[in-house]
Amino acid sequence: MTTSDSSPTVRTPLYNLHVELGAKMVPFAGYDMPVSYPLGVLGEHNHTREKAGLFDVSHMGQAYLTGPDHDTCAAALEALVPGAVLTLGKGRIRYTQLLNSDGGIIDDLMVTRLVDDEDDGRLFLVVNAGCKHGDYAHIAAHLPAGIHLEPIEDRALVALQGPGAAEMFATICPEASEMGFMTAIRTDINGVDCWISRCGYTGEDGYEISVPEPQAEEFARLLLAHEAVEAIGLGARDSLRLESGLCLYGHDIDTTTSPVEADLMFSIAKRRREEGGFPGYGRVRSEIENGPKRIRVGIVPQTRAPAREGTEIQSNGETVGVITSGGFGPTYGGPIAMGYVSPEFSSPGCEVDLIVRGKTMPAKIAAMPFVEQRYYRKPKV
Amino acid sequence: MSNIKYTEDHEYIRVDGDIATVGITDFAQSQLGDVVFVELPEVGASFEQGEDAAVVESVKAASEIYAPVSGEIVEVNTALEDEPTGVNSDPMGNGWFMKIKLSKASELDELMDEDAYKALVASQS
Repeated sequence: MTTSDSSPTVRTPLYNLHVELGAKMVPFAGYDMPVSYPLGVLGEHNHTREKAGLFDVSHMGQAYLTGPDHDTCAAALEALVPGAVLTLGKGRIRYTQLLNSDGGIIDDLMVTRLVDDEDDGRLFLVVNAGCKHGDYAHIAAHLPAGIHLEPIEDRALVALQGPGAAEMFATICPEASEMGFMTAIRTDINGVDCWISRCGYTGEDGYEISVPEPQAEEFARLLLAHEAVEAIGLGARDSLRLESGLCLYGHDIDTTTSPVEADLMFSIAKRRREEGGFPGYGRVRSEIENGPKRIRVGIVPQTRAPAREGTEIQSNGETVGVITSGGFGPTYGGPIAMGYVSPEFSSPGCEVDLIVRGKTMPAKIAAMPFVEQRYYRKPKV
Repeated sequence: MSNIKYTEDHEYIRVDGDIATVGITDFAQSQLGDVVFVELPEVGASFEQGEDAAVVESVKAASEIYAPVSGEIVEVNTALEDEPTGVNSDPMGNGWFMKIKLSKASELDELMDEDAYKALVASQS
């Protein structure tokens, strides 16, 4: 996790609630954030997998990209990302990446086409906390006339995640249970203007909900009042996303890794692969055609010792890769990791060695996610 | 008669004759969080005071356990390899790490007694 130095930290609107709940607060991306609550990382992780967890993700950047109409606005964003934004339907969310001219990832983000007709021509972006100021400057510097980036500084963001999230949330917002995965609505809950997205960062079903800052604490308390819901800190957020095979920016992806290397090809539609029109397309196309020099994979140590970020991956004494995230998967029940290896060592089952504290530990390349994702899929009618 | 000493790294040393039982304190386990892995030294290995002797990993991070005194490892708590959570549930009892045969008993004099350690914890809490 990216922790900041001793520079002053910013508090989210839920700071007082975290302290009241007994959270251990740490500096993270310039914010004072809860790393865990008295339940502990393991208990919080398991609670999220079994019931529902509430995460404060208000440190993440929320912004509007506004233009005269959807096509113009989407085209401006497509010039910066490899995802298909033009074809995004109303109320739909897409995961994509801001790329630099070398095809490296500046940040990964969620893009929502707002559902209301009056909002057409407006995209809602959610970016990483540690990247947001750079992202905003980068986007703003590359926009054509008539398209504006507007950071949203007066809204908090919370995530409700877990197999019990939908049932719990339906008690205060019945229409949310009808939402499909990666869709968004705007609605009023107890007088709070909520922007609800059915997505998350745990591999579980659930929602991310943007609420006005003044009502954020009241809204969080409303969710926590339900017996299924516990507050969850950054520690469990990290183990949950690792088990689900999801990238952490600054660790598993950064300005040197391309989306092909990062195994994020699912997020690049056929049209974009064929037509390009985004930064670094030359590298991305070349890597699609010829294969990347390294690729992100899952790695399972064959001993009980976790292998952390930075651990060297070897085969026959030669360096073949490096671990970018690693730890213990509570639901998986053992150590797990992800990292980059040369393509010839990327097949699931491939045996490699990890150099942990100077010792060689056996490990195997594994398919991800380590724990099955349980996103909500709307039944077909 | 046994006698407990503490280090600034939140390890305890329970001394009985020339054998020191080493573990981490309750404060240390509470700071680490849920322990998921413990790596213990080989019996027969010798350490100088302050050298890395063992590793404890929580869901959050890996931490080194230093040899709080110089000596030879005479026994390790192999039960922790299968049940590392013992470090959390009973750090001062069943959650011990290793027993060291003291080679420089005078090193004990540099370590903190219980009152000094309590003051240290109070200053860090």
